[in-house]
Amino acid sequence: MSLTLFLVQTLNGLQFGILLFLIAAGLTLVFGVMDFINLAHGVQYMVGAYLAAWFTALTGDFFLGLLLALPTALLFGLLLEWLVFRHLYGRDHLDQVLATFGVILFLNEAVKVAWGSSPLSVPIPDAFSGSVRMMDGLLYPVWRLVVIGSGFAIAIGLALLVSRTRLGMLVRAGAVNAPMVSALGVDIGRLFMIVFGFGAMLAGFAGAMVAPILSVEPGMGDNILILAFVVIVIGGIGSIRGAFAAALLVGLVDTLGRSFGPQMLRLMLDPSAASQTGRALAPMLIYILMAAVLIVRPAGLFPAQR
Amino acid sequence: MKNAKSGAGIAGGAIAALAFAAALAAPAAAQEKLKIGVILTLSGPAANLGEQARDAINLAVKNLGGKVGGVDTEVVTVDDELKPDVSVTKVKALLERDKVDFVIGPIFSNVLQAIHKPVTDSSAILISPNAGPSSYAGKMCSPNFFVTSYQNDQVHAILGKYAQDKGYKRVYLMTPNYQAGKDSMAGFKSQYKGEVVEESYVPLNTMDFSAELAKIAAAKPDAVFTFMPGGPGVNLVKQYRQAGLQNIPFLSAFTVDESTLPAQQDAAVGMYGGANWAPNFDNALSKKFVADFEAATGKVPGTYAIQAYDAISLIDSAVKATGGKVSDKKAIEAAMKKADFKSLRGSFAFNNNNYPIQDLYLVQVAKRPDGKFQTEIREKIFTADKDPYAKDCAMK
Amino acid sequence: MSAAGTDIAVTAKARQAVGGRERAIIATFVLLALAPIAAQAGPQGYIIDLITRMMIFAIAALSLDLILGYGAMVSFGHAAFIGLGAYAVGILASHGVTDFVVQLAAALAAAAVFAFVTGALSLRTKGVYFIMITLAFSQMLFFFGVSLSAYGGDDGLSLPERSRLFGLPLFSSDKGLFYATLACLIGCYLLCRAIVASRFGRVLRGARENPVRMTAIGFSPYRFQLVAYVISGMMAALAGALLANQTGFVSPAYMSWQRSGELLAMTIFGGVGTLVGPIIGAMAFLALEEWLAGLTEHWKMIFGPLLVCVVLFARGGIMGLAARIGGKRDG
Repeated sequence: MSLTLFLVQTLNGLQFGILLFLIAAGLTLVFGVMDFINLAHGVQYMVGAYLAAWFTALTGDFFLGLLLALPTALLFGLLLEWLVFRHLYGRDHLDQVLATFGVILFLNEAVKVAWGSSPLSVPIPDAFSGSVRMMDGLLYPVWRLVVIGSGFAIAIGLALLVSRTRLGMLVRAGAVNAPMVSALGVDIGRLFMIVFGFGAMLAGFAGAMVAPILSVEPGMGDNILILAFVVIVIGGIGSIRGAFAAALLVGLVDTLGRSFGPQMLRLMLDPSAASQTGRALAPMLIYILMAAVLIVRPAGLFPAQR
Repeated sequence: MKNAKSGAGIAGGAIAALAFAAALAAPAAAQEKLKIGVILTLSGPAANLGEQARDAINLAVKNLGGKVGGVDTEVVTVDDELKPDVSVTKVKALLERDKVDFVIGPIFSNVLQAIHKPVTDSSAILISPNAGPSSYAGKMCSPNFFVTSYQNDQVHAILGKYAQDKGYKRVYLMTPNYQAGKDSMAGFKSQYKGEVVEESYVPLNTMDFSAELAKIAAAKPDAVFTFMPGGPGVNLVKQYRQAGLQNIPFLSAFTVDESTLPAQQDAAVGMYGGANWAPNFDNALSKKFVADFEAATGKVPGTYAIQAYDAISLIDSAVKATGGKVSDKKAIEAAMKKADFKSLRGSFAFNNNNYPIQDLYLVQVAKRPDGKFQTEIREKIFTADKDPYAKDCAMK
Repeated sequence: MSAAGTDIAVTAKARQAVGGRERAIIATFVLLALAPIAAQAGPQGYIIDLITRMMIFAIAALSLDLILGYGAMVSFGHAAFIGLGAYAVGILASHGVTDFVVQLAAALAAAAVFAFVTGALSLRTKGVYFIMITLAFSQMLFFFGVSLSAYGGDDGLSLPERSRLFGLPLFSSDKGLFYATLACLIGCYLLCRAIVASRFGRVLRGARENPVRMTAIGFSPYRFQLVAYVISGMMAALAGALLANQTGFVSPAYMSWQRSGELLAMTIFGGVGTLVGPIIGAMAFLALEEWLAGLTEHWKMIFGPLLVCVVLFARGGIMGLAARIGGKRDG
């Protein structure tokens, strides 16, 4: 294993982490602020990707497509909020699980009816279609740098929004004691609506940004939803900082474990046993990580102060 | 108080009624009809494979004027949801509720593992239009189980043989981390004798292949062989191209085909696959089929479609040969074994284990003048190929 | 405050609901017992098979309700126990051990050990963290199943034959398996009811409602919760052992997180914390699935909104709805 390869893989791990953060950010916000388990976050991410693919195909330009997809995702989120979610605030978590599970079933099928069951394609926008040379024979697409950049921008933006603005202050206050905020004359329903719509738009944004790298297909949000939950739980629910750190941790553990785990095991076991064990362990790694973190710190790495 | 009871009682009664309604919701069958049950994956991310097969079956039945083998035919289609346990109940519904004579399905081998026994234990005949695991090709072969696709190993062997013939010295193997992935590598290695640089197993449903691509770049192999069906295959192909690795030949099985090309598009052009057929197959029947299929569905058909189409043609030939006597299953099986039908892929025969003997080709992705993408045949790798498990099958 | 008055009203209402539930469950069991006879009119094997499957998931949902409804432990990994039970049957059968007693003993033992170890660790966490850590453990088991290439890995494992009971092929007929499953369901229901009504059950509920007080009066909720978790896991393993027999097949798909989610949905759909509700919920869930799937390929577009409506308009699931219908007519 060369040092270059190790560095490249570390970078890959970090960028996978950023990708995860992009998706988990909206989830942790909605969950933390509104104490709402939104299983439908994954399908909102999928809808974002579909909208981006659709508008890009219609307009012929990715950025125009993105520009149209974002407000549509927002409107869509608000529609869902109006139809379903606002009736579930303050209800039992289990009710939220069942209702959002129903939303998943509906939307996964609905995108198939609307756009067909074949996966869709979104080309990388021309302006960013170049690549940089990472190591001998390996290029790094500039688009991935853009994705990483947007992940950082969202992390910083969210942190500032929550800690520096009046809205952020209300959001934090609402998370701690919603009735009190309401008694002080703030329309808590409207606050939640704004947060939910914002979360939906973040999910849609994540979907749109990864569409040029990934396959846009029905059900694409289901597995990512679980990963996003893993991230926000490791990080501590409601903590943007925690989600960011946990996303990077998960990305690193997964990528490095996958790339170098088998070699490590070969040092200890004979080759066939090593490959057998490696194959069994690799997909479990992030779950082992999550279980270990929760056993040591039952409320995640950065528990939100309540 | 009494009313609370009745409320709950109503709920209980309603469930029971619902269960029976669900169970009995089949039309009463007229016995003279030929009934074909179709069980495919029609929901979830993998639905487009099942849809190709379903559309082809409907097209085939329509081309026969609704009379397969000259007998009025009814097709009952159910969705296996890609859940093995669900598929068992669904297939029992086909067998006992709909009383089908044939079952065509499924797409995936784990579903086949679940429904094989219930169907082969019944009097119905099972035809797999896609899944061809080794488990039923050898000792456990069965007289009422036919495969119109391939034995899985054969497809992987195409690429192994090609890599061997081409003189590639070092090949990098990468598959998903499950049984089919392991079998795929074994199939490739059965023909390829050069150095295997790395056997890389990636987790199911991998989205980001950056780590694997870096490893490939570092290993500098002469070629990459992969088996990466569905969404992960789309991700891999796009990212492979974006990482600038296209100079390393990309040999694949079930990774670039008509089900994934709509999403891979230009990124897949030039990549290789192995198949028993491709849309540009030079055969009048096949050309007509491709045109009809595209007219009906707007999609380019893949092997999933022609294998299902052939399944109907096979039934048609056997029922005709027995003079429309659907109930005589032994005669039908004997007639099916002759494979006396016009396959869309030209030459086709059944081996003693009821798996196909057919020509296998190296295919390559190309962009058509109309802007759609398809695989095209590059060279014939095997002629009248038989799978290696048939010798363990006791059937003649 | 008229707290006392409300309390009495609530108790009366609760008692009323319990009476209704008893009626409902007895009616359900009787209907089930008669189902094979009624089924003779139609495609018998299929109906029996479908209802057997419904009852198996009813057992699993019931076991989930025991910890979910009474111990407030939301397990998002309950399918793992179904998988353990199914694999115990599958693996033993592939080695020629076909006696159900032996298979079941292995299934229960495996589930007990897994539940004890993972439960002991998981119960250190609360709420959503508990949900996710149970998910983590079940995912580990899922991937372990996938990598188990000696037993088919991802493709799964076919049973050479259904289990035998003391050497007798009781399960080999669909009816035999049906009645065995019904007996298991009734047995599990009675067991759960006894547990809930016992001192143990009261402590469990107390621990859910006021853990501080329980600790103060000298009960350690942790131990009670862990025992409940182990019992629940074993019961789900029983469902798994039956499922392996019903399908004649075992696969890691039984342990996927989607499956755990469906179990949760069935339980909530029926009504959490009622024991009867999850039984009816699971059966209704599967019956609806089967019925809607027969109507249209896009049945999930109907089923999804239906679940949403149940949450929005029928608080407490089917049982809540039933009680309210009864209550309204009362008023």
